[in-house]
Amino acid sequence: MSNFTATVRAASRARRARRRSGNITRVVVLGAIAIAFISPIIFMIVTSLKTRADATAIPPSWIPDPISLQAFASILAPGTATPVLQWFANSMVAAALNATLVVITASLAAYPLARMQFRGKNFVFVIIVATLLVPPVILVIPNYLIVSELGWLNSLVAIIVPTAASAFGVFFMRQFFVGLPVELEEAARLDGANRFVIFTQVVLPLAKPALATLALLAFLGNWNDFLWPVYVLFSPEVQTLPAGLSTLQSANAVRYDLLMAGAVVASVPVLALFIFLQRFIIEGVSRSGVKG
Amino acid sequence: MSTKVGERALPPGRARRPSASEPESQKKRGVRAGTRQQGIATPWLFLTPYLLLFGSFVILPAVLGVWISFHSWDYTLPNKPFVGLDNYVALFSPGSTVFGPFWGSMRATGIFTVLSVPLLLIVPLAVALLMSKKFPGRDFLRAIYFAPYVLGVAVISVLWRYLLDNNIGLVNHYLGLLGLPDDTAWTTTTPAAWVALVGVTVWWTLGFNAVIYLAGLQDIPTELYEAARVDGAGPWMQFLHVTIPGLKPILSFITIITLLASANMFGQSYLMTQGGPGRETRTAIYQIADTGLRNFQMGSAAAMSYVLTVFLMAISAFVFYIFREKQPRKLKKEARS
Repeated sequence: MSNFTATVRAASRARRARRRSGNITRVVVLGAIAIAFISPIIFMIVTSLKTRADATAIPPSWIPDPISLQAFASILAPGTATPVLQWFANSMVAAALNATLVVITASLAAYPLARMQFRGKNFVFVIIVATLLVPPVILVIPNYLIVSELGWLNSLVAIIVPTAASAFGVFFMRQFFVGLPVELEEAARLDGANRFVIFTQVVLPLAKPALATLALLAFLGNWNDFLWPVYVLFSPEVQTLPAGLSTLQSANAVRYDLLMAGAVVASVPVLALFIFLQRFIIEGVSRSGVKG
Repeated sequence: MSTKVGERALPPGRARRPSASEPESQKKRGVRAGTRQQGIATPWLFLTPYLLLFGSFVILPAVLGVWISFHSWDYTLPNKPFVGLDNYVALFSPGSTVFGPFWGSMRATGIFTVLSVPLLLIVPLAVALLMSKKFPGRDFLRAIYFAPYVLGVAVISVLWRYLLDNNIGLVNHYLGLLGLPDDTAWTTTTPAAWVALVGVTVWWTLGFNAVIYLAGLQDIPTELYEAARVDGAGPWMQFLHVTIPGLKPILSFITIITLLASANMFGQSYLMTQGGPGRETRTAIYQIADTGLRNFQMGSAAAMSYVLTVFLMAISAFVFYIFREKQPRKLKKEARS
């Protein structure tokens, strides 16, 4: 009997040891990938702190010598043909307003689609979801004409408004609302609250995490959008950072110190958001898949 | 996550509070509340702001695009004569001026898609499997893999054009240290440019797909693995018979979004290779945007975008079909709910 327990114990010890060594290889492999993933970003930051000569020195070094803010000083200087500071402000305004519009319109639209019975509901929902599969490219040319008709060409409004029609946002919020327990809303209804009051006082407070996630995803999406701003904004002073980076690249083909400084400026806000609100972003992305 | 939030944030007073501020007339209507009725206009009032945007910038352009494609629509000219299907016919006539550039760009998109999609389906799955068990530092690693994705295509393209510079780039420098050729022109010759574009895209979006896989893996009940183990299934059999079937809905979702993302590739090629060498890495989106919004041949560009869309729709339908056929009943039930 004791012999038997000893064998069992030994076997489980061996299994644990195997699992531990499996864990070690796992961590080593994953760690190596992680280094490959993070080092380009680190090198971008390192290069932005180099002098012009140091940035193109061979062999490339991981430590700026001397540490220099020259690149930042020269791209952030006012009055250049590539006003990076202005682009930064443009991107901030555009992404913040776009995210606000997305959150308001998508959550309002998602609520009746999740909770109300009405004629045409399924039709509306199916149309909205179907456009998720429509390649955005077919909208680019006609939207250019619409935006031009509205007088929004070469203006930030063109970056803020058209992309706020977020089918993903409606889908995402609807999934969240469907998952909320309905009893609370029913209780509020029995107490005589109308639908809008229920929505703002009962549902939205519960939906804060989802709203935050959607706002973040919309902000990131707008901040990083590339094709549309490149073609819709042409004056240097109205560009957003990604479009501006493209301008900066064609103006300074091999001034990698300047280009990396520009890339760092374009990355700081999104990396900061990511570092502090990582959980919301990653859970938002993974949830979109699970429910999709 | 959603249920947890629901349970946590429900102080009983919260629900009752709005009623206190409600006028009497509203309370009378509350009698109907139990039947879940509301005014006919109510849902539409909620929907109006969104539908306004959706109608103006999604539905209207989708229809307007067809209209444009039937015209010789030059944005800079006052006359935009109706030409019927001429724009489409030109795209399929080997002698026309648009034939070569358009199908060349479709070919580039095809090459990129064929090379990138399998990698973007398999590598993130491998990473997600390695991360599926809890271990210290897992969330930190997950964040690192995801980090490139938040940077956006402009930043990562400008960054990698530097790292891939054939003279002073980090990549060639390290390849040289390993005794490999250190003078590859990553952005100005093919096939190296394809390796660069695909590699950078994998680096950029691996974390995105891995995070979705990871969530899917965590949704597979552990009892299934235990049952398989009791039946004597090794890791490989568990993967084939538990993991893959459990991931099926996720797999079809990731396949579709990855296909669409790859087929819509633009920024990497625009910033890293400028479509070169020649026009070899100029993708369909690049060609459409340039034709319509640089040269203002909008009729032709709109026609191109619909041809591309037909291809994409066909491929998406095919993927849906493949994943749907195996479990028709379960998927139907999900679709209804």
